[in-house]
Amino acid sequence: MSKFISTKQKSTPAVSTASLPDIVFMLLFFFMVTTHMRDKDMMVKNSLPSATEITKMENKAMVDFIFVGAPLDARYGTAPRIQLDDSFATIEDIQLFKEKAKETRDEAEWPLISSSLKVDKDVKMGLVTDIKQELRRIGALKIVYSTNQGLR
Amino acid sequence: MARRRKSSGPGEINAGSMADIAFLLLIFFLVTTTMDTDAGILRQLPPPIPEDQPPPPKVKDRDVYVVLVNSNDQLLVEGEFMEIGDLKEGTKDFLTNPYESENLPQKKLMTRAEAVENIATYKAYVAAEPTNSFYIGELERWEERLTTINLIGDYMELPGSAVISLRNDTETSYDMYIQVQNELTRAINELRDELSVEKFGKKYDELDKSIPEEKEMIIAVRQVYPQRISEAEPNVTEATPE
Repeated sequence: MSKFISTKQKSTPAVSTASLPDIVFMLLFFFMVTTHMRDKDMMVKNSLPSATEITKMENKAMVDFIFVGAPLDARYGTAPRIQLDDSFATIEDIQLFKEKAKETRDEAEWPLISSSLKVDKDVKMGLVTDIKQELRRIGALKIVYSTNQGLR
Repeated sequence: MARRRKSSGPGEINAGSMADIAFLLLIFFLVTTTMDTDAGILRQLPPPIPEDQPPPPKVKDRDVYVVLVNSNDQLLVEGEFMEIGDLKEGTKDFLTNPYESENLPQKKLMTRAEAVENIATYKAYVAAEPTNSFYIGELERWEERLTTINLIGDYMELPGSAVISLRNDTETSYDMYIQVQNELTRAINELRDELSVEKFGKKYDELDKSIPEEKEMIIAVRQVYPQRISEAEPNVTEATPE
């Protein structure tokens, strides 16, 4: 009996931290694979509505984003605004934005280009309809109402 | 002496700071990246209507499922007030017309004999007038129907004019609009899933369009339950009175 007790009383050895870098690297790679770079500064409030019947965008490179929502900075007012790339825009700017986006891509890929409407859920449909009409006018007919995954 | 020591190979690199470096990188990636995957409800907008185009032919009332959303986010479906929870069933009834109701679209039985006959007819027309896009379109349509019949047998087809017409007010909230779009899509997806599981033992969205046989299955399911949701033109009549 006394033999066992004596071993227990010995102080425990320090936890080895040799595998710590490996663990952290594993975490790092996980995040590198599952996330993507934040490439735009949000200037408008953008909490998306949720839906269940959603399709994942297969080809992110073929999507142009149109953000709509109330400005985050109260100095720009509270009425919903459109954000293209990194600045506020008006309906008329959409055409130029889409043309520029088109030029960066190969002509063969043009039919694949779609527009993702990232619209805040508090926005009224009037502005959204205007954007849709403008997209129709310039022939950008593929759109996605961007939403979060909702529960059934 | 000193030289001999050097030639004995470099000493081990101290890996003690490796964890710190990795942590630094990890935190960098945590801050600069976002997790959100982009997903949403896909829609194809109708092409703009040329101004000189004659007004479209009148569509039978029974072929149009009118969904109105007003400025208070209330639903008016086919002239009656409806809760959003009932919209899915309503849409399903419209697309299937299970009791052959007079107010819902009249479905037409497609048979193999009819499809074969029409394909032959239109092939002759296309041969005579290879540039006529109407004949080419009809030929393609009948060939799709034949594909469908080959896969699932004779089926009831919705009339070509059957459409779900979604109208909204300028003050309708986007959240409500998406919910309505979602319910309409859900009705179609559920019907497609049911048919697909019954005929092919696989859900519709599990069919892989890169496999030729499954692509035909997708065409067949779509033929029976087409997704025709018209997001109506905003009412321009008020802005420009005649």
